[in-house]
Amino acid sequence: MNVLPGEFVSVIGASGSGKSTLFKLIAGLLEPDKGQICINGQQFGKRLGKVGYMPQKDLLLPWRTVVDNVMLPIELSKEKKQEKMSEISEGLARFGLAGYENAYPHELSGGMKQRVAFLRTIMTGRKLLLLDEPFGALDSMTKHNMHSWLLELWVDLQKTVLFITHDLEEAILLSDRIYLLLDKGAVKELKVELPRPRRSELIYQTEFIAMRKELELLIHNEK
Amino acid sequence: MKSRFKNWAENYGLFLLVVVLLISVWEWVVKQGFIPSFILPAPTSIWQSLMENRQLLLEQHLPATLKEVLLGFILSLIGGVIIGVGMHFSRALEKVLYPFLVISQTVPLIAISPIFIMWFGYSIWSKIAVTILTAFFPIVVSTYDGLKTGGGEYRELLLTMGANRWQIFKKVQIPLALPAFFSGLKMSVVYCVVGATIGEWLGASEGLGYFSRRMSGNLQADAVFASIFLLSLMGIVLFLLIGLVEKQLLKNKIR
Repeated sequence: MNVLPGEFVSVIGASGSGKSTLFKLIAGLLEPDKGQICINGQQFGKRLGKVGYMPQKDLLLPWRTVVDNVMLPIELSKEKKQEKMSEISEGLARFGLAGYENAYPHELSGGMKQRVAFLRTIMTGRKLLLLDEPFGALDSMTKHNMHSWLLELWVDLQKTVLFITHDLEEAILLSDRIYLLLDKGAVKELKVELPRPRRSELIYQTEFIAMRKELELLIHNEK
Repeated sequence: MKSRFKNWAENYGLFLLVVVLLISVWEWVVKQGFIPSFILPAPTSIWQSLMENRQLLLEQHLPATLKEVLLGFILSLIGGVIIGVGMHFSRALEKVLYPFLVISQTVPLIAISPIFIMWFGYSIWSKIAVTILTAFFPIVVSTYDGLKTGGGEYRELLLTMGANRWQIFKKVQIPLALPAFFSGLKMSVVYCVVGATIGEWLGASEGLGYFSRRMSGNLQADAVFASIFLLSLMGIVLFLLIGLVEKQLLKNKIR
């Protein structure tokens, strides 16, 4: 498996196929028994703190305001808070969180919490982001909105994303490539040849539906 | 928005009503002569005794007991937190200390207290030793368990952000431990009053426990009840004070 700079790559697989484990390996929380993990062509001794990791749950600290939650990675790296303040307020505005700076997580909706967590991941300043089912817990309406929002944002985000999902539609809509984790450690790759910038209405087009069918067949044939 | 008073009345109104009712029934039963007053004095005579002895009680015995309670609590707090945090960071320390902690709580307090009197005499330290023995355990356990519970996911998240052990402790584990810690404190402060009273019963020259023991020897039930009333009032006030601090500190915790 590989991910190129600036790419959006999804990982699909049944529950228990090891998607989250893969992410923990890349993030450096676990060490592989076999094989290698290289970031920027180098095999780091320690990967912790080298990639941005966003787990399934938002894991916002409930006793911190939105701003303070987003500030967490900056506090940990001991950078100057003041210098980053303008970057954060710009980020909050872009993420549709302006006016909620001093709100606490329990006052936010599910979609907003997820956006705060995403902004926090971006504020780590890492180029590679690992997103573990970030929209998995959202209802389908909110999820749809988040897709439109992310597609709009993607153009000037300039990040590399590895994305776990169960949702085939989501994977096709957002990704440049899709990796399928199958039984017995087999991996299949699929390119999504849909032009960018994309819009969420894309899901109703014939190319998209054909793509989805192909993906479903791939999964089905394996079983 | 409900008014503060209405809110308050809704929370405590029923309780107060029952208290007033109970005291009235109690008063009536004793005044009618169903129970002799040296067994159960009437609330009014307890109050009368409280007023008669108020100088002695409020200026000598209450401050003496309060001093033991507060000193015992503060020492338990310091020691308990140090031991709890130490056990959190060192597995070896946990393995060594935990059995001792449990053993310390299985020893009957009444049996071990005379030993403290033997060691420290009638000084304040014998009472404080009994107080600490009852009060430090909830603090150790709540500190240790509070630091242990939850936070596995937060720990991983902060690790991926490049945090070190101390940063994780400070930014996540301490705030997560606070609710359990305060539960421990509230229990502990009430135990402190119990511990100090037991200590005074076994050997003291002042304090509410000493006073109630002397009065029970004289069969002055109303005076005994008066000092019990003050002791329980002390426990309630201390409990509420810690609850207040907790409320201020944890305003924005998970609900």
